[in-house]
Amino acid sequence: MFRNITLGQYYPAESVLHVLDPRVKLFGALVWIISIFLMDGLFSFLLATGFLMFLIIISKVPFSFMVRGLRSIMIIVIIASVFNIFFTPGNTLVEAGPLKITDKGIINAVLMAIRMFYLIIGTSLMTLTTTPNNLTDGLSRSLSPLEKLRVPVTDIAMMMTIALRFIPILIEETNKIMKAQMARGADFEHGGLIKKAKNMVPLLVPLFVSAFRRANDLALAMEARCYSSGKKRTKLNPLKYARRDAIAYIIILLFLAGLILMKIFL
Amino acid sequence: MKELARKRDEDLIIKGRGLTTEYFRRDDEGNVESIDTALDHIDISIIKGRFIGIIGHNGCGKSTLAKNINALITPSEGSLTVCGMDVYDEESRMKIRSMAGMVFQNPDNQIVSSIVEEDCAFGPENLGIPSQEIRERVDRALSSVGMFEKRRNSPEHLSGGQKQRVAVAGVLSMEPECIIFDESTAMLDPEGRQDVLNLAHELNEKKGVTVLWITHYMEELTGADHIFVMDNGRIVMEGAPREIFARDEELVQHGLTLPGITLLSRLLKENGIPLRGVSLSVDELYEELMALW
Repeated sequence: MFRNITLGQYYPAESVLHVLDPRVKLFGALVWIISIFLMDGLFSFLLATGFLMFLIIISKVPFSFMVRGLRSIMIIVIIASVFNIFFTPGNTLVEAGPLKITDKGIINAVLMAIRMFYLIIGTSLMTLTTTPNNLTDGLSRSLSPLEKLRVPVTDIAMMMTIALRFIPILIEETNKIMKAQMARGADFEHGGLIKKAKNMVPLLVPLFVSAFRRANDLALAMEARCYSSGKKRTKLNPLKYARRDAIAYIIILLFLAGLILMKIFL
Repeated sequence: MKELARKRDEDLIIKGRGLTTEYFRRDDEGNVESIDTALDHIDISIIKGRFIGIIGHNGCGKSTLAKNINALITPSEGSLTVCGMDVYDEESRMKIRSMAGMVFQNPDNQIVSSIVEEDCAFGPENLGIPSQEIRERVDRALSSVGMFEKRRNSPEHLSGGQKQRVAVAGVLSMEPECIIFDESTAMLDPEGRQDVLNLAHELNEKKGVTVLWITHYMEELTGADHIFVMDNGRIVMEGAPREIFARDEELVQHGLTLPGITLLSRLLKENGIPLRGVSLSVDELYEELMALW
C-alpha cells in the first residue's frame, strides 16, 4: 500500500552531507527554498544549478535514486506548466480558438518546471542524507527558542520520535487487518469512490481501536520509565557543531549573498 | 514467614501492609456504580536480591500489584514502601520508578525510539543524566543483555525475544535495584520465552537485581526463590516452589496447573514409584529415577 514513497527517505552513505549537523541542513533547505524565488536571470539559474550539482555530487546519493522521487510530482508540474503556456499574456506564437501560446508563456512554463524540480531535489537532498531521528533532533533544537513562547517543543519532538517508531507498525497492522477482513468477505478493490470509502470502515475501526490500545500501553511504559511531559530531558547524542558545520554555514550564506547580488545588479 | 519475620526492614526491598486497590466504575453522571477490588488488603514482603515469582490466573490482581510497586497507581488503602520510599510521596515517585523498573507484555508497545540505543537511553534521558554518563550506562546495559552489536539497528528487524531484551536494557540503564517482569513472556514463542527467563535469572545472579517475575505459567517459576500465588486480589499461597508445587489440589482450585514435569513425577509417585518428592526439572527427575535403578 505505502511501498513506493521515496520522498523523505533516508539513503545511507558516507559523505560530508551525511555527517553534517542536521541544523545546518535544515538551514540550507530553507535558504534553498528562498533562493528558488530569487532566481530569475540566466546567471542566477546557472549559479543555483552549479550549487545543486555540487551538492548532489558530494552527497554520494545516486542521481537515479533522487529522480525516482520526482515521478510523484510529475502530474503537478505538467498541470502547472500547461496553465502557464496558455494563460500568460505576451506575443502570440500559435493560436487555436480561445487558446494562445505566447513566447512568455513558454519561458514561464519552463522556468516553473525547473523551479519545482529544483525545489524537490534540493529538499529531498536533505532528507536523503539525514536520518529521521537526526532530523527530529535538529528540528527540536532549531525550534527551541520557541519554548520561551510556551510552544512545547520537546513534547512535539517526542511525538515525532514516536510517530517514526509506530508508522511501520501501524502499516503492518493495516495490512493484517485488510487480509483478515478480506478473508471475511470485505472488498477493498471494487466499486466507485464512495463505495470504496464506505468499504474502508471495517478497516479503519479495528485500526483505530488497536492504535488507541497501543497508545495506552505506550503511555504506561513511558511513565514507568520516568517520562513526564514538559520536563527538561538530556540526550544520549546531543547535537554539537564541528568545524565543517561552520564552513557549511559560510558556503550557504555565500550562495545566498551571490543570488541576492545578482538579483540587484543583473 | 518465620524467616521474613527475622529479617530486618533494611533487607526488605518491598514492604506492603494492608495494600488495597479499588477501581471505581462510574455511570454517565460520575456516580459510583460499583467498586472492583483488584487488591484486597495484601501483606507482602520481598527480600533484596531474590527471584520472586507471582502467579495467578487472569484478573487476579497481579498486574495491579506490579503497577502499585512501580508507583504507576497509588493504593486506595494500606501502606507500601519500595526501596525504603513511600509510594504516597509525590516527590519520590520518579525515584521509585527508576529503582523498580518494569518490563511489560507487548514488546512493540514499550519501545519508544526507532533506534535500539536511543530507546535504551530513554530512561536516563528522562532522569536528566549527563550525556557522557548516559553513553556509559547504555553501552553497559546493552552489553549485559547481549544486544550491543545491534545498538544501531531498528527494533523493527528484531525478534520478539530480542525486543524484550532491548526493553530490559532500557530498564537496566536506569540502574534499578528491582525489575518487575509483568507477563513479559506471554507474547513470545517458546524460544524467546526461555531466552528472557534466562536473562532474568542471569541478572538476578550476577548483578544481584531483585526480580519480580509475574506470570501465569507455572513452569517459569521452577527456578524462583519464593512464590506468591494470587487469586481474587489476595495472596492465597506463598512459599518455595517445591512447597507450592506439592500442594497441587489447592493450585487447581485457584485456576492454575502444575508444570508438566512436576505432574509427571507426581503421577509416577502415585503409581507406586518411590520418588522422594516432586521434581522441578527434567534433570532432577532423571537423577531420582536413575538413583532408583
